[in-house]
Amino acid sequence: MSQSTLSADNAVQFLTRRQGKKRLSTADILTYVYLIVGTLVMFGPVAWLVVSSFKPERGLIEFPPTLLPYWQQTVQPEGYDKPLDLYDVTLEDGTTRRLAQVSRVGIMARMIDPQNPSAEPIQVNINQRQPVRYVNFSLENYTGAIQQFPFLTYLGNSIIVTIAATVVTLLVNSMAAFGLSKYRFRGRDAIFLLILSTLMVPVSVVLIPAFLVINEVGWVNNLIGVIIPGAATPTGVFLLRQYMLTIPDELIESARIDGATEWRIYWQVILPLASPALATLAIFSVMWRWNDFLWPLIVLNRSELFTLQVGLNAFQGDLNTQWHYILAMTVLTLLPITIVFAILQRYITTGIATTGMK
Amino acid sequence: MDTTEGNIIARKPGTSPISLITRAVSWFLGLGDYIFAPIQKRVGHVRMAYVFVLPNLLIFGIFILFPMLLNFYYGFTSGESILPENRTFVGTENLEKLLQCDNYLDPNTCDEDLFWRGVSNTGLYVVSEVTLLVIFALTTALALNSNVAGRAFFRSVFFYPVLLSPVVVALIWKWLLQQDGLLNAFIVSMGGERAPFLLDGGWSQFWVIIVGVWAQMGFYTLILLAGLQSIPADLYEASSIDGANAFRTFRSITLPLLMPTMFVVLVLSLIRAVQVFDHVYVLTNGGPGTATLFIVQYIYRTAFSNRNFGLAAAASLLLALVLLLLTVAQLRLGRRVDAT
Repeated sequence: MSQSTLSADNAVQFLTRRQGKKRLSTADILTYVYLIVGTLVMFGPVAWLVVSSFKPERGLIEFPPTLLPYWQQTVQPEGYDKPLDLYDVTLEDGTTRRLAQVSRVGIMARMIDPQNPSAEPIQVNINQRQPVRYVNFSLENYTGAIQQFPFLTYLGNSIIVTIAATVVTLLVNSMAAFGLSKYRFRGRDAIFLLILSTLMVPVSVVLIPAFLVINEVGWVNNLIGVIIPGAATPTGVFLLRQYMLTIPDELIESARIDGATEWRIYWQVILPLASPALATLAIFSVMWRWNDFLWPLIVLNRSELFTLQVGLNAFQGDLNTQWHYILAMTVLTLLPITIVFAILQRYITTGIATTGMK
Repeated sequence: MDTTEGNIIARKPGTSPISLITRAVSWFLGLGDYIFAPIQKRVGHVRMAYVFVLPNLLIFGIFILFPMLLNFYYGFTSGESILPENRTFVGTENLEKLLQCDNYLDPNTCDEDLFWRGVSNTGLYVVSEVTLLVIFALTTALALNSNVAGRAFFRSVFFYPVLLSPVVVALIWKWLLQQDGLLNAFIVSMGGERAPFLLDGGWSQFWVIIVGVWAQMGFYTLILLAGLQSIPADLYEASSIDGANAFRTFRSITLPLLMPTMFVVLVLSLIRAVQVFDHVYVLTNGGPGTATLFIVQYIYRTAFSNRNFGLAAAASLLLALVLLLLTVAQLRLGRRVDAT
């Protein structure tokens, strides 16, 4: 018995080893099949987008599409200004030669031998030639798109909106949550109920009057108009208040006896203790703001103010055929959130599982 | 002595990015004392609560509460202008126009046929999307809850699309579903004909639902998974001692104990499905024709393309009413589910 089969046997044994059982049950196999097919369905479309984004423009209109990004091999023979495409040509005598195409008229192509560019071009039927191609994960679409499309402006706007909105949200929500959880005052429960009752009111329901308010304040076509209105999230107030209720009041009392001002209690006693809840809210806020679409779409009409999502939408509407740029832009847009997810996925998934919100 | 001092010195500079940010934030928040200490001196420490609640309440009041109330006003006025003072009061005219219909099952007989097209499209979307979401999220949660290798990996994969923005989701699928796309290539390679996925009304309705399920399933899977994991393990042990088979265990233990979580999933997905807009706007823009025109897009179009703010506001009042009913139903039924 050879070494390799032995280790393969071990591997299979290891993989199929179960607690208390010898072999995989039918249910286990079905579960694996479901999960693997599911992985293909969930991740396949994203993978296809990423692979396609490396393809050359003419590779994208090919049908059926190739799985990997193929680029045309070119040569630069002496006496020609531009690089010529290389083809494997089957000649009439049955031999195959690698020739460069000079020009093409109808179904006939004029081709030359790149080793001997000064020789008379050969006429070849285009069905007799196969392009010479190689797999290349080229960044050409990415650089082209960044030049064609104010990607960096949109990226900058998205970053400003996301960071500023998250900071304002955390500050304003935590202050309110502190007030609502650690003080007894008239109207407290009424205020809390009022905020809570709008938990389910989506922006789509108040679209028109909210736009009017923004218009009156003069925040149309201003990033502040995107940042501020969404900052008073009922979800954030609710989440932080519930968390702060678990912080013992004695801590506050003793800080007060030590002569701390209320503001000092807020930022030096309460905020550090509430940091797990603040972190959860921060992650949500970043997700909400980075992906926000309908509200920025309404507030921002000038293209230099677009966030990435609005810009990407405008771009795909404008240039419906320039898929090579759209694909690259889409990948660049999903990249930051993917990186954040890769680093913080445990916090994100437990955060959602425990709060039940998105 | 030396070593403790060394420790303190070594810890103090805190050069990791996190600790630098923490210190910067802490320093910045400390400045607040210059503003809030004098205020406290004037109002006393108990009334500081109002000061803390105020910023959030202001933003909330101006940008959420006030617009909600203003929406009623808009719903009962008409005119081209968005300024409230230039609008004329028309009573229930907008609502009547929306609700005027000879036969509610046939949008063509309605005064505002696009609205009813949107209502019937949204109805179809909500029913199919929520059904598929619940089925697939439950199946996935059960699969992830079983004793399989690589659970963390699979969980991440199923959750990943939830993080993607609706625009990105729509573009991913637009690329896959276009005439020369991968899916059509697959169909042709199996000997079929290219399908007009985004050019045909029926196909578009189908794919808009599938894409919605694809993008949101992971979220509900996580909630259901948390629900599954909170079921005490000794119940399963007891049922296996009693000789119950897997199906019996599922029906008698898993399903009843998961009911409250299922209910949360059902309500959340319903409320969100009624408001479907983003990914559809990019994927089909309501088309072809009006095949995927949903209520929110109807409101958006009526308000911002046709500038008929009154009609749009009236439509959003009706949408708010539906959402209110769903929320009330949730509270009512939720109590009953919790009680059992």
